[in-house]
This record gives sequence, C-alpha cells and structure tokens, in this order.
Amino acid sequence: MSGATRAARQATSLSDELIAEHGISPDEYARLLEGLGREPTLTELGIFSVMWSEHCSYKSSRVWLKKLPTTGPQVIQGPGENAGVVDLGDGQAAVFKMESHNHPSYIEPYQGAATGVGGIMRDVFTMGARPVANMNALRFGAPEHPKTRHLVSGVVSGIGDYGNCMGVPTVGGETNFDARFNDNILVNAMTVGLVDANRIFKSAAKGVGLPVVYVGSKTGRDGIHGATMASAEFDEASQEKRPTVQVGDPFTEKLLLEACLELMAEDAIVAIQDMGAAGLTSSSVEMADKGGVGIDLDLDHVPTREEGMTAYEMLLSESQERMLMVLKPGAEPIAERIFTKWELDFAVIGETTDTGRLVVRHAGVVEADIPLAALAHAAPVYERPWVPREKPPTIAPEDVKAPNSILGALECLMGSPHLASRRWIWEQYDHMVMADTVQRPGGDAAVVRVHGTKKGLAISCDVTPRYCAADPYEGAKQAVAECWRNLMAVGAAPLAITDCMNFGNPERPEIMGEFVGAVEGMAEACGALGFPVVSGNVSLYNETNGIAIPPTPAIGGVGLISDIADMASIALKQDGDLLLLLGGETGHLGQSTYMQVMTDRLEGAPPPVDLAAERRVGDLVRALIKAHAVSAVHDVSDGGLLVAIAEMALASNRGVTLETAPDRLPAHARWFGEDQARYVVAAAPDKADGIHKAAAVAEVPVRVLGSVGGDMITLPGETPLSLTALKAAHGEWLPRFMAHG
Amino acid sequence: MKASVIVFPGSNCDRDAAVALEAAMGAAPTMVWHGDSELPNSDLILLPGGFSYGDYLRSGAMAAHSPIMREVVRRAKAGTPVLGICNGFQVLTESGLLPGVLMRNTNLRFICEDVLLKVERNDTAFARCYAKGAVVRFPIAHKDGCYFADEATLDRLESENRVAFRYCEASGAVTAEANPNGSRRNIAGIYNETGTVLGLMPHPERLADAALSGTDGAKMFASLVETLH
Repeated sequence: MSGATRAARQATSLSDELIAEHGISPDEYARLLEGLGREPTLTELGIFSVMWSEHCSYKSSRVWLKKLPTTGPQVIQGPGENAGVVDLGDGQAAVFKMESHNHPSYIEPYQGAATGVGGIMRDVFTMGARPVANMNALRFGAPEHPKTRHLVSGVVSGIGDYGNCMGVPTVGGETNFDARFNDNILVNAMTVGLVDANRIFKSAAKGVGLPVVYVGSKTGRDGIHGATMASAEFDEASQEKRPTVQVGDPFTEKLLLEACLELMAEDAIVAIQDMGAAGLTSSSVEMADKGGVGIDLDLDHVPTREEGMTAYEMLLSESQERMLMVLKPGAEPIAERIFTKWELDFAVIGETTDTGRLVVRHAGVVEADIPLAALAHAAPVYERPWVPREKPPTIAPEDVKAPNSILGALECLMGSPHLASRRWIWEQYDHMVMADTVQRPGGDAAVVRVHGTKKGLAISCDVTPRYCAADPYEGAKQAVAECWRNLMAVGAAPLAITDCMNFGNPERPEIMGEFVGAVEGMAEACGALGFPVVSGNVSLYNETNGIAIPPTPAIGGVGLISDIADMASIALKQDGDLLLLLGGETGHLGQSTYMQVMTDRLEGAPPPVDLAAERRVGDLVRALIKAHAVSAVHDVSDGGLLVAIAEMALASNRGVTLETAPDRLPAHARWFGEDQARYVVAAAPDKADGIHKAAAVAEVPVRVLGSVGGDMITLPGETPLSLTALKAAHGEWLPRFMAHG
Repeated sequence: MKASVIVFPGSNCDRDAAVALEAAMGAAPTMVWHGDSELPNSDLILLPGGFSYGDYLRSGAMAAHSPIMREVVRRAKAGTPVLGICNGFQVLTESGLLPGVLMRNTNLRFICEDVLLKVERNDTAFARCYAKGAVVRFPIAHKDGCYFADEATLDRLESENRVAFRYCEASGAVTAEANPNGSRRNIAGIYNETGTVLGLMPHPERLADAALSGTDGAKMFASLVETLH
C-alpha cells in the first residue's frame, strides 16, 4: 500500500478542530495542501505542525533577522547551523549559542531549566566542540509574587544539576526580578565550546544511500508538541501542559558528549544534528534539506522507552539526549563500537535518498511521504503588521527626587533585589570544573582559559529589560553595547554575539513593533562595534492573558584575551591607587535603578547610547589594560557610578575615599545616573599622568574620583559607610529571600 | 612515579586531576577505563571527582562495584596509595576502603566555593609538603559532602589520627561557621589505618595552578611526587 493511499483513507478524519489544535491556520493549511498535493495523514499534520511552528520556522521574525550583521573576518560560521563559530587563531575556534527555555521553565522550573541547559550544550557539541562554559540569563517576577521563590529555586537547581553533572562550568550570567515577568519567566542558557577550526561538524547530509543513525537515549512520550507549546501564549489552562515538558538526564548527556567527541575524532560522520525541538522530525528534515537529498526512516528501528508508540509520537517526541547522524558508508561498526562502549543506544534507522522526500515507515506502513521542499522552503514567512513605539520623554536629573544621603541611598540600592549579590545562585553552579576558570562569577565578564594555552575566552550575557520596555530600539542598542563593554573591561577583544530574542505575541502590532525596534537597535550597535551575530534564538508568545513581557533581547557575547596575563578584573588591588572615571557624565536618571528603588516611579527614556563614544572609551580602556596602566576596571551600568565603585570595593574588601565632585549636576544624578560608555579604573598614582594623556588623545573625558584604602566608603560631607555594612546589605538579600518560604 | 586515574562513566574531574598530576610529575598519568579489569603498575591510584553513573543510586555506590574497583581495592590493601577526590571519596567509602558516608549537604544545595582547611597531619605521602596545622584554601563543589559516621567511628578516626583535613576559619579555628556542609566534626578528608588511602571532598587539583588564583592544592601532588618518585 502506498503512502498516498493510506493518506487518502485517513484524511477524511482530520477535522478543522484537529488542524487548529496543531497550530495550523486555515491559510497555512491551504499552503500545506498545495505543497503536499493531497490531504495529510495525522502523522503528516503533526510533522507540518512542528516544522511550521514559530519555534522551528521563525516565520514571524525571519524577515527582520536578516537585518542583523552576521559576517566579519573572525566569523567561521554565522546563523543557520546548530551554533555560531568564531576564529580564535592558532587553528582554534569558539562555538557558541544561547537559547530560551521559557515556557517549559515556567510550567516545570527544574526540568524546564535543566533541559534548556542540556539542549544548548548539545547544540554546541553537535558542532564537534567540547563545551567549556555555560552562562544563563534569568528573568523572574517580583520577589513578592507568590510563585517567584519556587521558580528561582527550581530553575537554579535545574541549571546547576545539569551543568554540574556534565562537568561544564557555569561561569556567570544575570538575573532580574520584575513584576512584568510574573506570569512568564525567561530562562536563557548559553554554552561556549572549543573546537579545532578544521574539525567543525555540520548538519548537511550530502550524499545518497548513506546510513542514518540514531544514538543516545531511547524515545519516550515526553515533550510531544513542546515546540508548538513554545509557540503559543499562556492562559489559565497552561499548567495542564506539564506533560509537554521534557525530562533531562545529564548523566546520559555526559556519555553522549564523550561518545560523540570520540566518534568525531574518527573519519566517520557526514552530518550530525541533535534532536532538540521537534525531535526526530526536525533533525531529519534539516539534515536532508541542507544536504539537498531525501531521507527514508524506518521507525521500527527507533529505540523506544515505551511499548506501542505510534509514528506520530516517535516523530514528535522531544525526549532528550538524542542525536541523529548520517555516517560515511561502512562507518557503522566503528560508531556502534563507540556508542556501545558508552552504553548508549545505537540504531541505523534509515538512509539518505535521491527522492527529495521525507518518507517514514512504521510497521510496514508508510506513515508520511512529504516533499522536503514543501516542508522546509514552503514554510510560511510573515511580514506581520507593526507599529513603532512612541519615544518616552527624557527626564531631567532635577526632576528625580534626591535622597537624604548619597551613601544611605547606595546602601539601599546595593541591598535591593535589583543589585543584591547573586552569590546564592552561582554558588550552586560548579563554576570551576575543567580547572580553566581564570575569572569567576561576579565580575564584568567570566573568563575561561583556552585549555593548554595562555589565551582566555571572555563571556558576558546582558540586557536591561526595563530600558527595552521603555524604548526597544535604544534598549537593544544598550544591551549590545553593555555586553561589548563587559568584554572590553576584562581586556578582551569582543568577537561576536549570540542572541535570545524574548518577546510577546507577534500577531499584535505593538509587540511586533517592539521586535522591529529591538532588531534595528541591535543591528546598529552590532554594526558600529564590529560585533556580528553568529547564532541565536527567537522566543515569541511570552505572554499570558494578553499581557506581554518587556521586550528582552538577551545578548551573549564572546571575546578573546590573547594572554591572560593581560586580563583585568573589578577587584581593587592596592591601597593608594587612584580611582578614575573614563567617559562623560550627564546624570541620566530616567529608567535608572535609583529611580526604581528610591522613588516610586520608573519612567522616561533609557540612557541614550552613543556608539562612537562606546568605541572611543572602550578602545582606550583596553589599551590601558594591555599596557598594564590600570590595576582594576569595572564598567558602569545598573546603579551608576557609585554602585560600580562599591562593587569594586566589595570585590577586594578595600575601602575608597571619594573626592567632592564638581557641582554641575545634582549629586544623586552624578553618583547614580546610568550614562553609558563609561568605566571606572584604578591605577597607581604614577600612572595617572599617562592615563590623562592617553585619554586626551582619545578624546575621552577623565575625572579623578578618589583613592583606594581603608575599610569604608567615604564621601565628603557624609557619614562614611563601612564595607561591613555594605557587604551585609549586598549579600543578605537573596539568601534571606530564598530562606523565607 | 607512575599514576593511574580511574575514569568512570560520569567522571568529570579526570582531566583536571591528570593535568595537576602531570604538572607535578612531569609525565602524564595513565587513564584507566572503569570497565577494564587490568590496572597498570601504579605508584598512585586516583579516583577523580564527578558523577559516576550519574550518582543515581547513591553517590559513588555504583562505581564501587565497577570491574576496576576490585583491583583498586586489592592494590590499596597491598599498600598502593589511593587518592579519592570528591566523588572519588564517595567511591572509597562505598567500597569500604574508608569508613563513614557522604550525605546530602545540610542546606540541601550544591555548593561551589573556596573553603579553608586545617592540615591535621603531614606525615603521609599526600601531605608532607604542608606544615602540620597549616590553613590551606581548596575549592569544594558538591551536593553530597556532609561526612557522617557514628560516634564510635569518629572517635576511632580521631584517636588513630586519621582525620586528614578539617574545615576551619582563617585562624585555624574549627568552628560551625567554617563548616560548609554539616560534616561531623568538620571533617573534610580522612585516611585509612595505614595513611595510604586518602579521601577528601575538597578539590586540590582545582587550585594547583597560579593562573587559577591559588596553588595550595599543588602541594598535595608535590608531596606525592616527593614520596613516590
């Protein structure tokens, strides 16, 4: 019996409701019929449903993502593969990507976050790279929200348990608390790996008659339609979607990692693709489509965890820790030997063909027979209507209430949920395994040594959702600029970014307008800073009952330090050193942490980003680091100048004595304004002249802020703030919050 | 000196241990797969950290029954020095080479941080480069690091001078505040009766390199090389 025959017989049972339940619109169904040339079977409908889901097809975002710069001399692989790749010189390359696991993490925080980490690591080792660092960017609701503590606890232990077991250090990240994430948290995970530049593996299955091999865990009924869930809004019934959340097994993934890398050292693999979203369907379709071939699968050979699984279930399962490979002819025995050694399933489940079709058989019946062109290239692409966001007014510093005391305000800010220490989180992550973490969490960027060399990879994740909510364009520019700045601040040459675009429902023109604004802002900043996008992920429909999250384009950047002896950190090193501010001061308080914590308003325009100034100041700072003219460096971001200084003091347990600032600006605007393109540096007094001269040449303003020493933060006219009190305020909030269930 | 590092499925500090050993020995150790029953001639056997078999039954429990462990136990009993770090310590207690058990940390969470340790003995192959009573800094990274044994066993360990390291303050004071995981009597590591088998939760191999903000761990490997070369 041919597939078409079975299809014709089954087709009558596909009701409009069933089609709608698969997230396929009437227009899309018409397109499906045209591409297929007949009515689909239920299995085929499932295949189209996941392949055309927002999650897999990027149908709403694709036209806009094309605006992002993706090339540069350092780029070996841009978007389109499992992860991006940049050149590190000496035949080495870094492979990295960030991905969201927002919807599952809200429904089941531990497993959702764990499998997010597992998925992104698979993306990286699929390319042949050994993961060397994990990062994460987390957004939770307000601390007062009844679910927040439970979500933080589950997400953090899920991330920790997975990465810790894998033996890949989780070296940093960022965490925000904001009521606008109460009903949709964001869990974005990033992995960076290392690979020899001439040993990169891709997903194009070029060649006919090649064995298609399934390795890893068995397939179960978990995660079916996960990709479709991640492409819809939440409502009251969303908790019922728990069964669509996958369950992670980091031990199996560790074995899979080692087995894959062992096989990759042999000359055996033509193409490899991890089974992530949309599982076997997506991996087989992508490999065949990219290779320009067809693919035949026989599901009778798929290792299954449960009895009686249907073709539909096997094709749509998102069971974790699985890989699909196309091997060179005759390479099956060596592959089987390696996977058996690691006690993993290994099965030849099909072969590549010259038909250009995906043909799936199960129990002797053709369950699906679809031209790949109809699945992949005919996927819908939408130019969704959008409206630009009106720019909020700029708030003058004088219009924001001053505090009773500057140092009192500093203590409040440092002990607020927004700036309090994240140690409680990163202490649960093994951030030292692999013994190459040369800069641990808590600084501007984490730095891991390229194993066996003196080179370092600097990594930072950044975005300020409150800025993006006020002005998506300027906020996205800021996210890219801050990431770039954090890499510069440790002495790295920024190479490229990955992004995780978290937004609401793109079918609403105002949300689509946020997306467009953010992409345009990113494109401008990436272009101006020579910081291309090499990989990324879009997560839409982050909204519940029509209320969307703030637009959150999370940026994960990677930079290279050619010699870690030239690395900078935020810790003050020496009493008597001078503290200097590099960069201008306008006292921008709109959308600032000061405004959020010390007043009851959070309004106005976010700080504007002058990309030319970013470059000038950043290049100066990196040159000073390289010349060993500065002993500590910190970028100025959330909380402004005084918070940056306080963080440097706490990192080293050294006090600072600050001088009276010129009174052109109100004191609270000067100390807490969030003007961009600024760094605080410490330097030995005999280096100050040279720094002033270099800054003058670079046309960068410099101001001496004070000097290092003692055990207090001292400001003229104010009662000094002891580091002990500051440390307590900064350190206690999160543990106390988490302890009081 | 010849060293063997045992690799279990789920070991993940095997490379770190090998790097630290190689830096001290000037030669790479042999990596021995858990499924092997033959162990090369070794002056030192190292059981590395990680999550052997996913720690799914109890940490270290399944690894203790690996084919290679029969040979490790035989060699240990014949006097070959054995060093078990973190998961390796758990494997040593599960296989009966060391008494007691490593339970879930009292705060129930994984903890990764530097801790201070008091060196209780320096008359062993593992510790001769440390001063007795010195305070050293090693990282910990575990969820099941709370050392537990019954009171009689703890008394015996102390009377036989078998406590290797204790969690302590910078002053060397052994206090509850300095105890990160609830270990009985602040015990971070112990020896067997002959001082030839050492199990400890902290990771000396992670601070054995000046680029990693500390080198206190390097002295353990230097001690081994000095003793066993």
